[in-house]
Amino acid sequence: MNRYLWPLIAVAALLVFLVMGLRHGDPRALPSPFIGKPAPQFELPTLKNPEVTVGTEKMAGNYALVNVWATWCVMCRAEHPFLLDLADSKSIPIYGINWRDSRPEAIRWLNDLGDPYLASAYDEDGRVGIDWGVYGAPETFLVDPEGTVIYKHLGPLDPVIWEREFASRMADGGQAK
Amino acid sequence: MKRLLVLLVSTLLVSTAFAIDKGKKFDDPAMQARYEQLISEVRCLQCQNQSIKDSNVTLAADLRREIARMIDEGQTDEEIAEFLVVRYGEFALYRPRTTGKTMILWIAPFLLVLFGGFALARVVKHRMSLPIDDDTAEER
Repeated sequence: MNRYLWPLIAVAALLVFLVMGLRHGDPRALPSPFIGKPAPQFELPTLKNPEVTVGTEKMAGNYALVNVWATWCVMCRAEHPFLLDLADSKSIPIYGINWRDSRPEAIRWLNDLGDPYLASAYDEDGRVGIDWGVYGAPETFLVDPEGTVIYKHLGPLDPVIWEREFASRMADGGQAK
Repeated sequence: MKRLLVLLVSTLLVSTAFAIDKGKKFDDPAMQARYEQLISEVRCLQCQNQSIKDSNVTLAADLRREIARMIDEGQTDEEIAEFLVVRYGEFALYRPRTTGKTMILWIAPFLLVLFGGFALARVVKHRMSLPIDDDTAEER
């Protein structure tokens, strides 16, 4: 009996790790190296008006949501209604980074589906996307009033994720102002 | 006939424009070699089991462009690796650097060999201590 005991324990331990691996959630989600660090500075022309810029400077002093989106991104369409609701609730200013997209198509998307963003930065060549470590839209960052990234979510937002991961991290619990 | 030829040649020219950007980036062969080495060791974050050298997604193309730019600016391989790790984490590098966090990846194989050797030695020692005519005695 004893000679089978140790291999049995080893296999059981392996199984526990394998099951843990399966339950880990989205295997594409990587820990963001930005959590707790200052948000990467940027200033880009806005999507709707190239003459005006938007960037980290404008976001300072308030909690801000930075949502990376594009018209070619299928899941961005899925989360769009929630972003509109969130904008309506006025719990947090939402800034967009329109990542590697075509300006006319992106503007048409906002006109057709509604615009939840205070402003969307137009990141044509993906430079700011790289600075923010973006690798798959939609990605959403929560930045605190001091300009520190406190959370990042990969994939579409929904009310459950918003309450659990975002609102709970804000000092006022994400209440409408 | 001449028209057809022109058409044929121009079609060929057009299709090359769609090819994945794997062409030469540098005139200097040493820099080109560094560039190719670097891009083959960076994970494509969008497609995860490919290097950015093998991938044609936009992010891979953007990262190839940034790496080419940094080589052009005379940055070292370490600086380029640092650029990537700051943004995407250690996961972006196929060859993890030897830092405190990744040390386990480098020493784990040696630990496993050591452990295996130890286990093997124990088994062999145990069997050596058995009477040598054990099997034949049973057969008889």
